[in-house]
Amino acid sequence: MIVVDNLHKSFGDTTILKGINTTFEKGKTNLIIGQSGSGKTVFLKCLLGLFNYEKGAIAYDGQVFAQLSEDEKRNIRAQIGMVFQGSALFDSMTIAENVMFPLKMFTKQSKSEMNDRVDAALNRVNLIDAHHKMPSEASGGMQKRVAIARAIVNNPKYLFCDEPNSGLDPKTSIVIDNLIQEITDEYQMTTVINSHDMNSVMEIGEKIVFLKNGLKEWEGSNKTIFKTDNEAVTDFVYSSNLFKKVRRMYIEENE
Amino acid sequence: MTYLHNIGAYFLMTIEMFRKPTKWSVMKQLVLKDIDDLIIGSLGIAAFISFFVGGVITIQTALNIDNPLIPDYLVGYATRQSIILEFAPTFMSIIMAGKVGSFITSSIGTMRVTEQIDALEVMGINSLNYLVFPKFAALLLYPFVISIAMFLGILGGMAACVYGGFSTLESYIYGIQDDFVVFHVVYAFIKTLVFAFILATVPSFHGYYMKGGALEVGKASTTSFVWTSVVIIVINYFLTQMLLS
Repeated sequence: MIVVDNLHKSFGDTTILKGINTTFEKGKTNLIIGQSGSGKTVFLKCLLGLFNYEKGAIAYDGQVFAQLSEDEKRNIRAQIGMVFQGSALFDSMTIAENVMFPLKMFTKQSKSEMNDRVDAALNRVNLIDAHHKMPSEASGGMQKRVAIARAIVNNPKYLFCDEPNSGLDPKTSIVIDNLIQEITDEYQMTTVINSHDMNSVMEIGEKIVFLKNGLKEWEGSNKTIFKTDNEAVTDFVYSSNLFKKVRRMYIEENE
Repeated sequence: MTYLHNIGAYFLMTIEMFRKPTKWSVMKQLVLKDIDDLIIGSLGIAAFISFFVGGVITIQTALNIDNPLIPDYLVGYATRQSIILEFAPTFMSIIMAGKVGSFITSSIGTMRVTEQIDALEVMGINSLNYLVFPKFAALLLYPFVISIAMFLGILGGMAACVYGGFSTLESYIYGIQDDFVVFHVVYAFIKTLVFAFILATVPSFHGYYMKGGALEVGKASTTSFVWTSVVIIVINYFLTQMLLS
């Protein structure tokens, strides 16, 4: 579980995060949504420890990150898996070497043990014959799956995904969404996903945090988001006519 | 103010690249790969340029001392001094700032743009040690490239001298041995090692701290070449003043 308490972050005179409080629960897919410029990416980078923040605290299973020693921080980071928006696979390594990378860096396993773990991770994301391909030879969907395999190969406690569906077709997006949800449930990880994709919100949003102007405007789930009266949320989520109709139908069905 | 900030950031980067070292088994592979990319990959161009520039130095020297009072062997002497003192260590380093420097800046810059550096940081890896230290370690072999440049420069001079009919082989060989000061070679290698550090760190700095996209990677490579050359020229002046005067 990750607890965020009164998080503030500024760049110069511009305040991006103005005091966010929320909890990301273990074994659930937690989504951060909001318009461009609402502070989602900055929030995610604070959670990842890539940005320092001025005020507030982030606690990973009770351990307040800012109060930890460098070694303890490194231990927390070693338990984090991250899927970047552009996959961020290492160009100079094959797909198998990319997935093996965290094992090489953080474990003392033998080569055969590492190979077994890589095979298992790649099988889990349904990539069986791609070991020797270079990232540039893989499609966008394949690259995302490799990134997920790399993120889970070391059995992390926390999984972060920055817009995992960007640049993917709707069918592949659903495959990636379902994969993330299945893995979250299977490994009992705390998963935090930064997303713009309303399909993801409806499909896997077990917990949704909606940000607006650096503040948490609303939080709920893919069930409660249909019923919310919060204008900022409805304007953002149901901006298309299709989603407006879907919402109307959902409410009518459940009345 | 920006210059001061960048100079401060550069020195902090050079300190940070020695901290939180990467596992030796991984680092060894990175260093070997960088030796291949930066040292072995530069031998061809270094050899080609040195041989022909050595020839040009000899021809120009011979044409400018066409006086019966000046002995022929001075052609070999002048070629040796030019190549050992300046051409091989300094001007070869400026050429390497273009070849090796832009390669380092663009490869690290691309990693920055495609979030690969963020991926390393998220994993708790000291990305500066992982990316920059292997380049520094590989470039400790840079004096090897320079010694080949010295040898081939003098050899190119000899070929131009003998086959161009400027003097005899014996006179050229006498010239390159005449009044030989070992410290000049030591001075050249001291400069080479300092330039190796600059070649590893200045382009890395420009790649690591760049912001933007593909266009900015190209701009960072150009800026990196300019600044690496400027720093090499300035350091060359001060080192020469300190070591030779």
